[in-house]
Amino acid sequence: MTEIFGVPVAVILGQLMLGLVNGAFYAMLSLGLAVIFGMMGVVNFAHGAFYALGSFAALLGLQFLGVNYWMGLVLAPLAVGLLGMIIERLLLRHLYRVDPLYGLLLTFGVALIVEGGLQERFGSSGQSYPVPAALAGAVNLGFMILPKYRAWVIVASVTVCFGTWFLIERTRLGATLRAARENGPLLQAFGVNVPLLLTLTYGGGIALAALAGVLAAPVILVTPQMGSSLVTVVFAVVVIGGMGSILGAIVSGLGLGVIEGFTKVIYPEASNIVVYVVMALVLILRPAGLFGKE
Amino acid sequence: MGISKTALGLALLLAGVAGSRAASAADSEVVIGDIDDLSGTYSDVMGAGGQEAIKMAIADFGGTVLGRKISLLVTDHQNKPDIGASKFREWVDQSGLSMLIGGSNSGVNIAMAKVAGAKKVPFFAVGAAGSSLTNEDCTAYTVHYVYDTTALANGTAATMIKNGGKTWFYLTADYAFGTQLQNAASKVVEANGGKNLGAVRVPLGASDFSSFLLQAQGSGASVLGLANAGGDFSNSLKSAIEFGITKTMKPAALLAFITNIHSLGLETAQGLYLTTGWYWDLNDKTRAFAKRYFAKMNAEPSMDQAGAYSATMTYLTAVKAAGTTDADKVMVELKKAKINDMFATGGYIRADGVMVHDMYVMQVKTPQESKYPWDYYKVVKVMSGEEAFGPITGLCSIAPK
Repeated sequence: MTEIFGVPVAVILGQLMLGLVNGAFYAMLSLGLAVIFGMMGVVNFAHGAFYALGSFAALLGLQFLGVNYWMGLVLAPLAVGLLGMIIERLLLRHLYRVDPLYGLLLTFGVALIVEGGLQERFGSSGQSYPVPAALAGAVNLGFMILPKYRAWVIVASVTVCFGTWFLIERTRLGATLRAARENGPLLQAFGVNVPLLLTLTYGGGIALAALAGVLAAPVILVTPQMGSSLVTVVFAVVVIGGMGSILGAIVSGLGLGVIEGFTKVIYPEASNIVVYVVMALVLILRPAGLFGKE
Repeated sequence: MGISKTALGLALLLAGVAGSRAASAADSEVVIGDIDDLSGTYSDVMGAGGQEAIKMAIADFGGTVLGRKISLLVTDHQNKPDIGASKFREWVDQSGLSMLIGGSNSGVNIAMAKVAGAKKVPFFAVGAAGSSLTNEDCTAYTVHYVYDTTALANGTAATMIKNGGKTWFYLTADYAFGTQLQNAASKVVEANGGKNLGAVRVPLGASDFSSFLLQAQGSGASVLGLANAGGDFSNSLKSAIEFGITKTMKPAALLAFITNIHSLGLETAQGLYLTTGWYWDLNDKTRAFAKRYFAKMNAEPSMDQAGAYSATMTYLTAVKAAGTTDADKVMVELKKAKINDMFATGGYIRADGVMVHDMYVMQVKTPQESKYPWDYYKVVKVMSGEEAFGPITGLCSIAPK
């Protein structure tokens, strides 16, 4: 077996693969955050809570309504996204005029309420979501055993990420969204319903979080706190990519997943801080982030 | 600015009200405290259920002792040692606390044990695993009631080796509890002729375990020692099965609670070996308690929740026997007592603070073997307290070898 720096190539390939799987989750979550920040200027601290809510929506749908995995993949993000829109209309909307800090505080409060509510109802030890039959089992890649479901996660996430990127950067709807961010009142004067656009944007960002939650449900235990540890990592990913940059969020999400994966082999104790070390370095060398424009 | 001033004023006002109420209560009441993780990852293991168990014990004891009403204070330590220790201190100084029950988290319990020693208040560590509580960190007022890392290792590791699992690799939670558990298991493995091939230290609450598991598989060991707990334990076992690791390595749960097995489901957890201090379906006494508990909490009690009930009863019985809540006199009674109840048979509190009682090595049933809800374990071995907890080590200064 060939080796690079004393590490077998098979191990490197295996960790690269696992890093991509984790990076796929980071990319999807940071994408939602970047959309919400880039289009609305809101620092959405409730992102992790909506990720957990997406998982729970899929789980409860399966248990009580017979909604299977594939339908859950569509219905759970829709339901949670709708809830996001209600929150935007009732609460978040009133804070656009004031300092962004208030939006952060509000969404942090929403996160505490959502996670606390889930915990009160379902307890902290969590529940299992079965892997859908079509994706059960694993394939032998020669250098590692890759569960089919994890391969699906990469495919699904990359598709959704680049779909979203295309929607915002390459379509007329996306252009309108970006225009709303640049100069809302002017766009409104042209007859575009800007408040509705913002509601839909927030709903869309939340739906992305919920979708990531559904994708994660068969892999990890569904618990109320599943998003709270992830949300800070994802914020770091967004900062590294450049606040509000869609492409930056996707690329740095996947990249950091891989860097974290290698850290888990070289110095496992540091695997939960390596993302922040990278963030510090990026902030020193390129304060606007890797893909930031300013 | 305006907001924070109002909030500060309100907090001061509330603190003042709480303080004055407590001071007057202290003389006429016997105050028991419960400091636990009520909102975090361990809150199902003891949490609200533990609180309910303590309340059941107080009610069963008659609600009064020595003619004084028994009251209960509860707070959430949020898994932060400083919060646990300062709340304990505050209750002793301002609320006349007579005894404290410590819930989950070894780190917080070690911090609270230091307060117990300094303030001379009996302290029952119910949810903590770290055996340092009765060794390096022992005090004259600490009782370690339900289980410890030594007993867990003596149970699970010894059984795995007997069944052919000679070579071990550990997935270790990177904090006091994980390292203590790994060390305890390593010693048992070596003493029984096995070999420790290595360990990977995993940060607490990692979101993915697959990288660590591939490293474990790469070691070629035959046993995967899971020196972690709660969500970390459940997620690492789930991933081990997903990645086919369990085809070549046998997983050993160095600490698993029935709540973990319940959330994983038998399909995932079947065949797993684990060690527990109590199980609801052991005998008529345990089943009777579990039935009453289930009616209130809609779940079977964990060993910690049952232990919280028993610890409260044991303490109140000792207070009655001593005729006072004076800590030193109560401790003398506690260390004389024989504990025979729904939790333990012939249990006793040793000089170093260990409550010595039988421990059970269990194997998780297959879905076919499980006949009714929560029918999860079969008893592989009953270990006597002496075998489980081992001899006094001499590391605790008040308990010479």
